[in-house]
Amino acid sequence: MPDMEPIRLVKPEQPEPPALHERAMDNLRYIRETMERATAFTGISGWGEVAIGATAIIASLVAARQVTFTLWLAVWVVEGTISLLIAGWSMDRKARAVQMPLVSGPGRKAVFSLSPPVIAGGLLTIVLFRAGLTNAIPGVWLLLYGTGVVTGGMFSVGVVPIMGLCFMALGAGALFAPPEFANWFMAAGFGGLHIVFGVIIARKYGG
Amino acid sequence: MAKQSTAKKEIPSKQEASTTRAVTAGTSQKSAAPNLDRLIHERLRLGIISALAANPSLTFSDLKNLMNTTDGNLSVHARKLEEAGYIACTKYFDGRLPKTEYKLTAEGRRALESYLNHMESLIKQMRSS
Repeated sequence: MPDMEPIRLVKPEQPEPPALHERAMDNLRYIRETMERATAFTGISGWGEVAIGATAIIASLVAARQVTFTLWLAVWVVEGTISLLIAGWSMDRKARAVQMPLVSGPGRKAVFSLSPPVIAGGLLTIVLFRAGLTNAIPGVWLLLYGTGVVTGGMFSVGVVPIMGLCFMALGAGALFAPPEFANWFMAAGFGGLHIVFGVIIARKYGG
Repeated sequence: MAKQSTAKKEIPSKQEASTTRAVTAGTSQKSAAPNLDRLIHERLRLGIISALAANPSLTFSDLKNLMNTTDGNLSVHARKLEEAGYIACTKYFDGRLPKTEYKLTAEGRRALESYLNHMESLIKQMRSS
């Protein structure tokens, strides 16, 4: 029997542990990312939504009195601008309330998720207006806004995508309902849904 | 259950945390990270503290979704932070559903700020050397 070599345990080469400052940077990155994720989670301001809903109800009352579609459209464009300002201001206020300068992500996420459907809505409005299909515009707006809220709300608390689905349901209803109900659908959606869900978010998630 | 008891053994108490030195890769690094708060140095607990610092309060299920962890793991680590006084826990009923809500205490916020300062000073120290 031939002599056998004694078995030697070969230690696999251990990779060098990361330097302390690299671990510190990694920890800081982790804290920042967690805070951004957590703020996006409840970063939507409930009271901001309520304010948007209130201005939307006023806008739907004003729009209902307009004699031409162009004036009706102008009222809602102004309302859209006011809503954007309210949303931006209220989300910024809520993010600042946590007193942590590391937070910077929630606004960016909201803008990225809502922009595509809003842009699509704007383009479709022009096309429908030119084609004389103005009756379809309220339904298209509600439907597209709902899709933006559903997709953006996937990063947020469960109530947000539910609000988006409600918008989509109202939009679908508005598309197939008689045109004289258009202002009611607009008031119920941009007014009512924002107020109802805004109160829920504000009461459950701190403002 | 077995998972919980293992986790408990690994977690130092608050008293230990204040005196424990950081476990670092090399001997030279040990001196660079004295008095590191080991209680929040652990990843999940650091995540819980960070998430609560960005929100007035979060429920157990909110935290579970955010941290992408299990019920058992989250409850063990949250209890440790609660025992240390870093977070406050409230239990209530939402209709018929029992809910557990967590908030960051002033002590917890101070601990996070001190941890952030510690990390920043480590980075500065390394850059200047």
